[in-house]
Amino acid sequence: MTTMTYEQAMEEFDPVFGIEVHVELNTKTKMFCGCANEFGAEPNTQVCPVCLGLPGAMPVTNQKAVESAIRLGLALGCSIRESSRFARKNYFYPDLSKDYQISQYDEPTCYEGSLDVVLDDGTVVTVAIERAHMEEDAGKNTHVGGSGGIQGADYSLVDYNRGGVPLVEIVTKPVTGMGDRTAEVARAYVATIRDIVRALGISDGRMEQGSVRADVNLSLRPKAVAGESQDDVPFGKRSETKNVNSLRAIERAVHFEAARQASLLLAGQPVVQETRHWHEDTSSTTPGRSKEEAEDYRYFPEPDLLPVQPSREWVEELRGTIPEHPAKMRARLREEWGFSDLEMRDVVAADALVLIADTVAAGATPQAARKWWMGELSRVANDREVALAELPVTPGAIAELQGLVDEGKINDKLARQALEGVLAGEGSPAEVVASRGLEVVSDDSALEKAVDEALAAQPDVLAKIQDGKVQAAGAIVGAVMKATRGQADAGRVREIILQRAGVEG
Amino acid sequence: MSSLERSDVARLAALARIDMTDADLDRLSGQLAVIVDAVAKVAEVAGEDVPATSHPIPMANIHREDVVRPSFAQDDALAAAPEAEDGRFRVPQILGEEA
Repeated sequence: MTTMTYEQAMEEFDPVFGIEVHVELNTKTKMFCGCANEFGAEPNTQVCPVCLGLPGAMPVTNQKAVESAIRLGLALGCSIRESSRFARKNYFYPDLSKDYQISQYDEPTCYEGSLDVVLDDGTVVTVAIERAHMEEDAGKNTHVGGSGGIQGADYSLVDYNRGGVPLVEIVTKPVTGMGDRTAEVARAYVATIRDIVRALGISDGRMEQGSVRADVNLSLRPKAVAGESQDDVPFGKRSETKNVNSLRAIERAVHFEAARQASLLLAGQPVVQETRHWHEDTSSTTPGRSKEEAEDYRYFPEPDLLPVQPSREWVEELRGTIPEHPAKMRARLREEWGFSDLEMRDVVAADALVLIADTVAAGATPQAARKWWMGELSRVANDREVALAELPVTPGAIAELQGLVDEGKINDKLARQALEGVLAGEGSPAEVVASRGLEVVSDDSALEKAVDEALAAQPDVLAKIQDGKVQAAGAIVGAVMKATRGQADAGRVREIILQRAGVEG
Repeated sequence: MSSLERSDVARLAALARIDMTDADLDRLSGQLAVIVDAVAKVAEVAGEDVPATSHPIPMANIHREDVVRPSFAQDDALAAAPEAEDGRFRVPQILGEEA
């Protein structure tokens, strides 16, 4: 069988894709019980009768999770159902404590939306959203023995801390007509969802930690012949590649599956409708269960939970909290701030956009805000191996710090020392400046005294300056700065030196 | 008008992971068919204007504040586990399914 490339596959066939994205919400507690929803705790210490599925335990919906799901639905342009309910999805797997997952089936809370996705070259593609529904996450299996994978493992260990964590699953309608840009669109779609959940503040949106996970459905169909509409050509059999957990992997999974399916079809072999596993190391997929045998979940309405009927007033109130579409906001801010494309890309890549926007809102200029967040603060965040937003400093404090510089109270060097104090929890920039005594020495008599002392220590320099070699003043400026521990205004010091030497600057 | 066949019962039993003998299947096919037929009879009565009901009591929006409540200690969580190791529930090999 000939192995095709993605490009060849796209020449021969018309691709159709769909994506299911699972977003883990950052509520304080789980979907149906009061156990903490926090990553990284000791195994099985955030569990209770509800999320362990013990007999008689009763789930109760988390109001905040419902709110987050509705806000996400609104941000995706979805309608919000007046009455929606939960359903049980029945299957057996050790990470599922109850042997069913509480999900939504025929009455999802959010349905029929659409999302504009902006590609790198500025092309806008509108992706139709089928639904966004609430459900709960499963626990985590660890396989023991063999190679650590599921194959050949001797047994498995289960931690249910993640079991019951609230998820919203967003399902697209089939996306057609993207041709060889299919992989790019798939990637950009997931990136947009990630940006939106972060902008909404409902999830940390970290794909590497699994808080945004994607399943990629792909099928190929023949290209329409002359006189035939492509829309009339039926879809081919699709594969569903599970747990594709990085943007790069989304693109690669589409590449691999398109090439694999095209190779089969051209060799006259059928594509099997099945789920497939993604392998990050080899950028390839292998078959999982086939759909026909496994997909019988016997959904039925969850009898332990009541319908969710958000009032129209509440929905409208929530609609008012929906932030601007991230790509549109980026374009607007780049214009307002006068940043170059490259500067803006760096800011976005560093997750500094919102921080800079908030710093500007607190009174700093865009340039100053960018300088702090992309310079000193990025360096500190990098050293500490944390995200910028996790640094113990607020945009307001950075604006205040810059304000002190602009007023001439401190210079850049002192500002960095003040920031160090702020990051060490010593208080606001003004407080740190006061407590550490960082204020610039602006009292002329103190500066004059320091200049006189420096000149007295280096009489040859005074002679040079009086001789017309004004640049020699630099040595005296340096000495004064040292004597005042950097707290002098270098420009003022230079003026005083020249006055003392009887030379005009 | 029973719509429930013996093969349906066998499939449901397999999905629910219940081992059934041929005699079980024979007996239960008959019994379950009676139940299914009875429900179908009720469904006939409901007209177009009666919405599907999943709860007999018309209540909605019973939610909980997003406030953390105490969880089990690890030992308590694992107390009834047939086997545990390393703070986790130990389960047999998982075969032929996804990771």
